[in-house]
Amino acid sequence: MSPALASVAAPVPAEHHARLTGVTRVFGARKGTGVHALGPVDLDLNRGEFFSVVGPSGCGKSTLLDVLAGLSSPTAGTAEFEGKPINGVPAGVGVVFQEDASFPWLSVEDNVAFGLRRSGVDAAEVARRVDYAIGFMGLKDFSKAYPAQLSGGMRQRVCIARTLVMQPRLILLDEPFGALDQQTRLLMGDELLRLWRETGATVLLITHALDEAAMLSDRVGVMSARPGLFIDVLETGWPRDRDSRIVSHPRFGELTAHLWDKLRAESLKHLRGS
Amino acid sequence: MASAPATPAPAAVAVPTASPATLLRLVVIVAAVGALEIACRVGWVPMTIVLPPSVMAESLWQLLLSGSHTRDIVVSFSNVAAAASLAVVLGFLIGAILHTLPPVRGAVEPLLASYYAVPTFMFYPVFIILFGVGSGAIIAIAVLLAIVAMITATLNGIDRIPLVLGKTARMMRMGPIERALKISLPAALPYLFTGVKLSVAYAFIGVIASEFILSGAGIGHAIAYAYNNFDNRTMYGLMLLIVLAVTVINAVLDTIDRRLQARLRR
Repeated sequence: MSPALASVAAPVPAEHHARLTGVTRVFGARKGTGVHALGPVDLDLNRGEFFSVVGPSGCGKSTLLDVLAGLSSPTAGTAEFEGKPINGVPAGVGVVFQEDASFPWLSVEDNVAFGLRRSGVDAAEVARRVDYAIGFMGLKDFSKAYPAQLSGGMRQRVCIARTLVMQPRLILLDEPFGALDQQTRLLMGDELLRLWRETGATVLLITHALDEAAMLSDRVGVMSARPGLFIDVLETGWPRDRDSRIVSHPRFGELTAHLWDKLRAESLKHLRGS
Repeated sequence: MASAPATPAPAAVAVPTASPATLLRLVVIVAAVGALEIACRVGWVPMTIVLPPSVMAESLWQLLLSGSHTRDIVVSFSNVAAAASLAVVLGFLIGAILHTLPPVRGAVEPLLASYYAVPTFMFYPVFIILFGVGSGAIIAIAVLLAIVAMITATLNGIDRIPLVLGKTARMMRMGPIERALKISLPAALPYLFTGVKLSVAYAFIGVIASEFILSGAGIGHAIAYAYNNFDNRTMYGLMLLIVLAVTVINAVLDTIDRRLQARLRR
């Protein structure tokens, strides 16, 4: 194995954009027999990095994302975004969920404009930003269409555009391509990389696809079976202007193999019903 | 760029104009009406029992022109409108409240499910005692008949709001009222509309049927009156009026319903 594949810390002291310290989440703790879903987990997300989290099913990946999004508060430990403790949904954080979250009663255009309109941005600015986001996600020909007329991949683009248009500084993605076919996933991965480069946002991607994590990320965090802990953080060393063509790079295979090496035992634990 | 192709959804938004099934349906109806016309005219069916459809239509036209039953018509349609509106509003409120109280809902739901096994009309004496003979009792019975359909549709509609939309609302930092109006209501609307459609249908049944026994006015009363006086022309004319009205109203509601349902296809 090449030295670059060894787990390493961030090479240069980078600015911490979001930070989890000793975060633990126990569900149903009040009833005494709680389910220990996550942690204690420490995580530092550097400003502008692309970080992926992989782990076996039920390891608390989505719980981790919920804590960062302010959708659930940790049972123990602290969560910070831009130096402030996360208490409720922080401004500047956008989420794309695995499930289709487009609003079926609104056209693509109105879906994308929804958040901007209610935050009191003036009409001309809304139009400009919506136009840009729609164009960026390749939805120009479908701006008047309704979600029911679009494929799953296109609807997920609508959701990404709706998040993008709010100009989030931290974008959290919870298995956003989980319901899509493999080819569409690769191409959506390219879109995501392009969006990440262009916006300069910090991206945290939750995924169960090791190849997706290996191809897209600067760093990949590998989680154990429940209660989820980081058992490894892998630095990929890809250049910033990468795209899906790196799957033919020998290093891609090495990275994916390394991830699987770390995860195999954990996934077996899940399979045997720990 | 448009790598993921949009699946064509021809029937999803545009309501089809005239499918072969629609044409066939029209043929069946025209043939049935034509057959009845011939049967009556030839004498297979005595005029004292059934009138030819053309005579029914002519009678309806006459009584509309003469204005002899305008009051009955106005009374019935206002009662239907009042009963349907009350059932929709109250049913929605009760459904929405029940949804927030899962234990109560759990207790009540089996009763709602078997509700339509009870012949509601048998309670008419109770309503006469409570409201007297007239619109009050009629509207009450029609609301009683219609409201449970709306409650059930409301519960179903709220149940079916995808959880992810709730999460999205939280990410957008919406308050409970904004969330209810901008997310929950439009998301549940197609299911709620099914309740509206059923409520209107039940309100019609409730009002017209009650008028036979509980009223001195209204189309139902006028039909019963004509029947008792061997006035076949008026009786069939008014029956035709109800059939036409229900058909038109249902067709309009159905069109709206189909448009709303089309948006749900995922």
